[in-house]
Amino acid sequence: MENAVSEPTISEAVWTQVGSIDDIPVLGSRVVRTPGGDIALFRTAADEVFALEDACPHKQGPLSQGIVHGRRVTCPLHNWVIELATGEAVAPDEGRTGHVPVRVEGRSVAIALAEAKLSRGGCRKACGHV
Amino acid sequence: MDMHLSSNNGPAVESNEAELHSAGPVRERLVVVGNGMAGMKTVEELLAKAPGRFDITVFGAEPHPNYNRIMLSPVLAGEKTFDQIVLNSREWYDANGITLLTGEPVEGIDREAKMVVSQSGRVVPYDRLLIATGSMPFIIPVPGSTLPGVIGFRDLADVDAMLAAAAKGGRAVVIGGGLLGLEAANGLRVKGMEVTVIHLMPTLMERQLDPSAGMLLQRELESRGIEVLTGADTAEIVGNNQEGDERVGAVRLKDGRELPADIVVMAVGIRPNMALGKAAGLDCGRGIRVDDQMRTSDPSIYAVGECVEHRGLTYGLVAPLFEMAKVLAHDLAGGEGGAYAGSVTSTKLKVTGVDVFSAGDFSGGEGTEDIVFRDAARGVYKRLVLKGNRLLGAVLYGDTKDGAWYFSLLKDGADVSTERDGMIFGQGFGGGDAGDPNAAIAALPDSAEICGCNGVCKGTIVKAITEKGLTSLDEVKAHTKASASCGGCAGTVERLLAVTLGDGFTAAPKVKPMCKCTHHTHDQVRAAIVDRGLKTMAEVFQAMEWTTPDGCASCRPALNYYLLCAWPGEYRDDYQSRYINERAHANIQKDGTYSVVPRMWGGLTSAAELRAIADVVDKFAIPTVKVTGGQRIDLFGVKKEDLPAVWADLNAAGMVSGHAYAKGLRTVKTCVGSEWCRFGTQDSTGLGVKLERLTWGTWTPHKVKLAVSGCPRNCAEATIKDLGVVCIDSGYELHVGGNGGLHVRACDLMVRVATEEEVLEYTGAFMQLYREEARYLERTAPWVERVGLDHIKAALVEDPERRRALNARFLFSQTFSQDDPWAERAAKGVDRHEFNLLAEVG
Repeated sequence: MENAVSEPTISEAVWTQVGSIDDIPVLGSRVVRTPGGDIALFRTAADEVFALEDACPHKQGPLSQGIVHGRRVTCPLHNWVIELATGEAVAPDEGRTGHVPVRVEGRSVAIALAEAKLSRGGCRKACGHV
Repeated sequence: MDMHLSSNNGPAVESNEAELHSAGPVRERLVVVGNGMAGMKTVEELLAKAPGRFDITVFGAEPHPNYNRIMLSPVLAGEKTFDQIVLNSREWYDANGITLLTGEPVEGIDREAKMVVSQSGRVVPYDRLLIATGSMPFIIPVPGSTLPGVIGFRDLADVDAMLAAAAKGGRAVVIGGGLLGLEAANGLRVKGMEVTVIHLMPTLMERQLDPSAGMLLQRELESRGIEVLTGADTAEIVGNNQEGDERVGAVRLKDGRELPADIVVMAVGIRPNMALGKAAGLDCGRGIRVDDQMRTSDPSIYAVGECVEHRGLTYGLVAPLFEMAKVLAHDLAGGEGGAYAGSVTSTKLKVTGVDVFSAGDFSGGEGTEDIVFRDAARGVYKRLVLKGNRLLGAVLYGDTKDGAWYFSLLKDGADVSTERDGMIFGQGFGGGDAGDPNAAIAALPDSAEICGCNGVCKGTIVKAITEKGLTSLDEVKAHTKASASCGGCAGTVERLLAVTLGDGFTAAPKVKPMCKCTHHTHDQVRAAIVDRGLKTMAEVFQAMEWTTPDGCASCRPALNYYLLCAWPGEYRDDYQSRYINERAHANIQKDGTYSVVPRMWGGLTSAAELRAIADVVDKFAIPTVKVTGGQRIDLFGVKKEDLPAVWADLNAAGMVSGHAYAKGLRTVKTCVGSEWCRFGTQDSTGLGVKLERLTWGTWTPHKVKLAVSGCPRNCAEATIKDLGVVCIDSGYELHVGGNGGLHVRACDLMVRVATEEEVLEYTGAFMQLYREEARYLERTAPWVERVGLDHIKAALVEDPERRRALNARFLFSQTFSQDDPWAERAAKGVDRHEFNLLAEVG
C-alpha cells in the first residue's frame, strides 16, 4: 500500500499488469515482450521498479542483462551507465533510451505501454515515481 | 444498531444521563470512544482552545488511565515504571470535569438516536462522537496462533504477560523484525530470556531502514545475544503437548526448522480497529474513512488516530496522530480553515544504546541523489536522499543526533543548496565544530582504538608522532603498525597527523582507489576482508566506508569474487553482482543472443558428443558453429530462452559447461603427445585432461588458460598460457604468466619437475596464489610482471610447505565449485527467472 501511486495523467485503461514485484530479483531485471520490442523491468534495492526499452542508446545492448546499482544499470556490452528513472546515459556518454511508466500496487506491477510511445526519447514526467 | 439497543436490558437512558452529567448550563455533549493517545490528545487540545465548551465523556477499554503507549518498550525493558508513563491521572479527568469510564469497551453506536452503548449496558447520548479506537496487532492466521502464550505487543496487558513469562526464564520467539518486534525482543532479552527474532524479509526494519542500516542493526542485536533469522517464514505454532495445560511449545518455520518457545510475540503489524465504525455503517476502507477535518461519513462523528484512513493512508506512529488531534480540536473549538493534509513521519528505535533514525522517503526515485557517509571506527552510517535542493529522506545509524535537524529540513521542504556539501556531517558542520572530522578526532580520548586490525590506540599514535617526529602515514605505519594491515583507518590516521602536526602535515598522494564508491584500493579492501573477517558485501561497504548504498558495476563483481575466494563454502555467491555471462552461463553476443561452448576435456571429443552437438544445432536452428582456439566447439546465436533446453540435450550426452564465459578456468589445450606423436616425450593429452579435471569450475580474478605440449616443439603453444606445461624427456617444465592477447607475453619458466603429481600440486598452488593475490580483472601476465617472478618462486618453489598449503586451500575451495552450472539450471530449475520472460503483452 505504501507503494501505491496514484497517477492522474494516465487513465486506468492504459495500464497492463505484467506480474509481481517478487518475480523480479532485487538489483535485477526481467523482460516483458511487446510487439514494439522488449521492455526491461528493473528492481532496485529499495524495491522501486523502473521500465526501459531493452536497448542501450549506444549499440542497442540489452540493458536487462546489465548490473543494477543504485538507480542505474550498466550495459553489458560496453559499460554505458543508464539512469533507470529517465533512460538517460550518464555523462560523459550521451543518449537516451525509451522509458515506460510503471505502477506498483501492493506487489503487482503494471506498465503503461501506450504512454511509452509518448515518452520515447525521454520521460515526460508520466512516470509514477514522483 | 437499533436492535442492539432495544435488546439492551441496562438502565434507562434518562437515569444514566442524570447520573453522569451534573446540572449546569446546557453544553454540547462530546463522547470519546478510546482513552488512548490520539483521543486524549484531541481532548487536551480542545480543553486548551475552548475550555468548558463540551460536556465530555471518555470510554476506555483498558482498565487504566491514559498512558504513553510508545513508552511500553522501556516498561518492558525495566527502564521505566507504569506510573512514569501515565499521561493523565484520574485526578486530571476529575479536575477537567471529564467523565472517565475505564474497563468499559463500547459495543455499538445508534446514529439515529445519537447514543453509544457500552459492554456493561451503559447508554450515553452524544451531540458529537469521536472514535479513537486505535489499532490491533495483526495475528498471522497460522495453525496454533490462538494457543495460550501467543501474544501481541500492544497494551499494558501484553507487557504484563511478557514480564510474567520472562520471570520464569526460558525461550521467547518474536515474529516480526520491525520496530515493535525488535523492541519486544530487546526487552525480553534484557529480562533474561533467550530470544530469537523471525523476520520474513531479508533485512530488519526494511520499511524504516535501508539494507545497510538493517545489517548494522542486526549485528548489534546479535552482539546482545538476540538471534536473528531473516528470510524466515512461520508455518505453524506448535503446542507443548501438555494435556490440560496446552500452550505454546515451539514455532515451526516453512523450511522445517523448529524453534522451542515458552512465549511467542507476534509483532508483524497492526490493523486499524474500525469494527465499531463499520458496524455503525460508517464509510470504511482499510480504516474508518475521514476527510481533512477528521469527519467520518456521518457529520456528527469524527475519528482520529490509528483507526482512520485519510487520503488512502493509515498511520501507526504517534506524530501523525497528534497532527490529526490538533486539526480536530481546532474544528471542535469552532475554528475554521483547519485541515489535515497527511504526515511525513520519522522513526526512532527505542532500544537503549542503539541509535537508529529514519524519516521521509529514502527509496529515492527519479532525479534523486544519495549522500552516504560511513565511519567504520564509530559504527556510523548515514544516508541522505536529495532531490534537487530538497531533502527527501534520511537514514541514520549509530549517530542520530542530527535526526531532528534533517527531519525539520525535510518537513519544511527547505532549500538546502548552501548546506548540502557538509550537511551529511551534521548541523554544526557549517560552523566547523561538531561535524568537523578533525575536531571529532581531536575530541577522542587517548584510549580510543584507531586501528582495529592491530589494536593501536590514539594515544600510542600521537605519542609516536610527537616523540619520533613522524610526518607521514607511512612512518606512522612503520612505527605503530596502525593502518599497516587493511588500511581501513588510513584516513583517520592522516587526520590524527593533521591534528597533531597542524600545518606541518601534508597528506600523501592518493593511490588509485578500487572505484568511485571508495577511497580504498583493491589490496586494502581484500586485506580487510581477510584480516577483519568481513563476510558479506554489506559488511565490506560499512567497514571500508563505501560512499554508495549498494556499490557499482565495477566494485560489486570484484567484491563478490574476493568474498568467494576468502570464504569458500561460507559466502553465498551474489548472483546480481556477476557480469551477465557468468549469470547466464553463456557468452552474450552483440545482438543479445548467446554462444554455448561445452567442455571438451583436454580437447578430446567423441562421435557421440559430436552427434549430440549436431542434433542440438539442428533442433534449435543454431546459425553458426565454430571451432575455437581452445580446442572446442562454439555454438553461436542461441536465444536466451533456449539455453536451458540446449544445455539439457548436451548434458544428456555427458557434456558439461565449458565455462567459456567465466573469470575462471577456460581450457587446457593439448597436443597428442607420446600416445601418437613420434616426437612426444610424455602423455601430454592425458596430463591435460588431469589438469582440466583438477581446475575446472574454479573462480579466478580473470580467465585462466592452460596448455600441455608433449615436447619442446610446443605445438599446444604452452608458453603463452597462464600456466603452460612443456614435456621434456626428464619430466616437465612449468611456465607461468604468458598471454597471447593484446599484449603478447611469453611465459617465464618457473620450475622443472619430474612427476605428474608435482605438476598437479604446482598447478593447484599457482592457481590459489593467483586467486588470493591478483586484483580482480588482472590476468596472470600483468600480475606476474607486477609482483615479479621471484615472488612467485619464493612462494611455490622455495617454500614447499607453503606450496602444499596453497594447493590444499585450492582443493578445498574446489569442493564447492565443481558442480555443473548447466545441469543445475537445465534439470534442477536454478535461476529459472533468468531465462523466462516476465510477460508477453500486446
